[in-house]
Amino acid sequence: MGISSHTSRRAFLMGSVFALPAAVIGARYFDAAQAARLAAPAIEKYQPAFFNSQEWRFVLAACDRLIPPDDVGPGALEANIPVFIDQELHGSYGKADDWYMRGPFNPEASPLMGFQLPYSPQEIYRRGIAAVGAYARQTYQKPFEDLDDKTRDDVLTKLEHNQIDFAVFGEPVLKASAFFGFLLTNTQEGYLSDPMYGGNKGMEAWKMIGFPGARASFLEWIGQHNVKYPLGPVSLLGERA
Amino acid sequence: MSIINDAVDVVIVGLGWTGSIMSIELANAGLKVRALESGPERTNAEYIYPKPADQLSYSIRQKVFARASHAALTVRHDRSQTALPTRRWGAFKPGDGVGGAGVHWTAVLIRPTPIDLKLKTFVDQAYKPGQLQDDLQIQDFPVSYDELEPHFDFFEKVCGASGAAGNLRGKIQEGGDPFEGPRSNPYPLPPLQDTLNNTMFASVAKKMGYHPFPNPSAAASGPWTNPYGVQIAPCNYCGFCSDYFCLNYSKASPQTTILDAVKRMPNFSYRTNAHVIRVDMHDDRKTAKGVTYIDEQEQEVFQPASIVILASFQFNNVRFMLQSGIGKPYDPVTGEGVVGRNYAFLSNGNATLFFKDKNFNPFVAAGPTGQMINDFSPGTFDAAPYGFIGGAKLHSSQAGGAPIGMALPGGTPKWGAGWKKGIKDWYGHSMKVSITTTCMSYRDNYLDLDPTYKDPYGQPLLRMTFDWKQNELKLQQFLRERVLEIVKELGPDSHTENFLKPDSHWDTRSYVSTHNVGGAVMGDTPKDSAINRYMQSWDAHNVFVPGGNAFPQNFQANPTDMIGALTYYSVKAITEKYIRQPGPLVAI
Repeated sequence: MGISSHTSRRAFLMGSVFALPAAVIGARYFDAAQAARLAAPAIEKYQPAFFNSQEWRFVLAACDRLIPPDDVGPGALEANIPVFIDQELHGSYGKADDWYMRGPFNPEASPLMGFQLPYSPQEIYRRGIAAVGAYARQTYQKPFEDLDDKTRDDVLTKLEHNQIDFAVFGEPVLKASAFFGFLLTNTQEGYLSDPMYGGNKGMEAWKMIGFPGARASFLEWIGQHNVKYPLGPVSLLGERA
Repeated sequence: MSIINDAVDVVIVGLGWTGSIMSIELANAGLKVRALESGPERTNAEYIYPKPADQLSYSIRQKVFARASHAALTVRHDRSQTALPTRRWGAFKPGDGVGGAGVHWTAVLIRPTPIDLKLKTFVDQAYKPGQLQDDLQIQDFPVSYDELEPHFDFFEKVCGASGAAGNLRGKIQEGGDPFEGPRSNPYPLPPLQDTLNNTMFASVAKKMGYHPFPNPSAAASGPWTNPYGVQIAPCNYCGFCSDYFCLNYSKASPQTTILDAVKRMPNFSYRTNAHVIRVDMHDDRKTAKGVTYIDEQEQEVFQPASIVILASFQFNNVRFMLQSGIGKPYDPVTGEGVVGRNYAFLSNGNATLFFKDKNFNPFVAAGPTGQMINDFSPGTFDAAPYGFIGGAKLHSSQAGGAPIGMALPGGTPKWGAGWKKGIKDWYGHSMKVSITTTCMSYRDNYLDLDPTYKDPYGQPLLRMTFDWKQNELKLQQFLRERVLEIVKELGPDSHTENFLKPDSHWDTRSYVSTHNVGGAVMGDTPKDSAINRYMQSWDAHNVFVPGGNAFPQNFQANPTDMIGALTYYSVKAITEKYIRQPGPLVAI
């Protein structure tokens, strides 16, 4: 991962405007995957369809820690994960269109009974983000997105283990761990699904792990055992990387 | 005032596997047949490459499944609890739309053994009184393996089944399952090709004295033209099979094997988005006069018919019978009544083995890709000393390699830099050894109508009361040890395991399989069954109820081959006997 993308992430989080200089792009040779990457919206300029600006800053800051940038592979912001989450929440998934959402609800039921919240994913994010924001302001006198990496990791760990009582921060039904579960699941979905859905920008995550995407034809490979598959991924829209 | 359709000879509720088989066979017999499918149209043309090569949309967001919003049921562990709805799918995920679950299935097409079909007889011989828990409600199927064999054989030809016979007309064949019942013919096609995990598992299993054989597959290993003249293409191991619509016309589904033929027949018609809400009975309640459905415009429509075939998923067939008052509802307290009785599920378990230096290329796969052993099925080993009845197919399968939810070694962080490194280091370097188990039926595992929750049509949801019993938990412990012995032989760098603990309750969240069975079971008498050997209701002779609902308990084999064979057995009786002389096919 290049320095420039880390810089852009930081620059954005600091609230300043950042854009990759056109000259830099023009000077580089770029293949189809790079072209696709450039065709994907720059996260800095993306206008969220579901999140308001404050929620959007939270999602950027949380995803950045759930999959941080490093030399191993793309971070969540480089992979446009927040764009994926915003698009999913804006669509039928966010509205729980396919779920059974008739009452009565019993959110206190045993976890073995599965999802029993009266909230759609849209509501879960809206309420969860508000509760974490209130927790951060009370504990650190700052919004979550302004916390340093380590402190954000601490807060996320507390959410994961349900060690923040959302009821104290105005959310009596949704548990911190349930909100964290949605955030993490959706982040990892976006990282590993087709770039058509907004994340996995440039198929970099697929390249990193060696998944060939939508190639979906391996008759000549079924008999080749213990041989690393040599070809890079293709996407549903036909991009290659 | 409801709309009244033109009368038909046969109305078929649901156009999945059983509905499609009934449709073509009854239309071929010259009857005017109409199928009513509650979900949408699904044609091969809609699902061309690359559309189904999309994990998020198909597997994660469940594009070709029933929607819980419309098809939920309620679940609880025992009668003291208030059941809650399956708001999202978890342990099982039924299909809907044309093709039903036959669209998204994994396509393992395996027969039950002769003992599986006469389990009560076997238990009475092999176990002493008191060796098993006393609330078991095991029953024999009222049909034998030999009676069904021609129908397994035909259904396998319809599907272009690919595999290695283990017992050909009584002669044991090398490389097949020596414990299977005799086959009249070899599989139509040779087995699918093996992946690395298959060969590793098979070689170790053989060394340990077991009898590995290729997973019997309904993804075709070569080109095939089936008895209806429909052509199936050779599987290209695309890796998007289980949960997906086949993009290569290779996985047997109603679409790839039957529907293109029956849709050409002038005496067959079907409606989609036609949601049946009840079977309408004549005043004497001895026969049905048709069904009522809600159409796409939300209008109520009455479909008159001389024969009603309930060909929906197991849950729905039971629910239709309860809603329509066909058969006496089961009462777990008195043990009386039959509709809802003997609901059974299945359990699974597995070990995931991690090998740093092996490339499994998990994306190179058909759904049924794998090798299995049948050495631990009822009758193939002595389970009496362990105090349980049951068994499992024990297998290493590689059904697909789409990356969301991939297996990671124990101790890998759930998120952060460690998770990212984990997926980079370990994607494609693991294989599984798994069990798919039997599940017995019990006095208090059953189905009825929920008193509280309703569907969007105002109908009560089906309520499932189900939990694991000691028998199944002991079985899991026994099989866990067998799996771990195999793992040890395979010698991975590390492994993780996932089996039921001795005190486990049923977890509705994690996917097991959509092999839900029972609830309107077949039997020899109306005392302990809702339908007879021909899938005919004991209470309303022109109502037939083919499907997994007919199983008195669940065997270790995947259910589709049995469901197909039973449906052919049933339709033969309808065309050869019933339409000539309508009435009960089995005298009470």
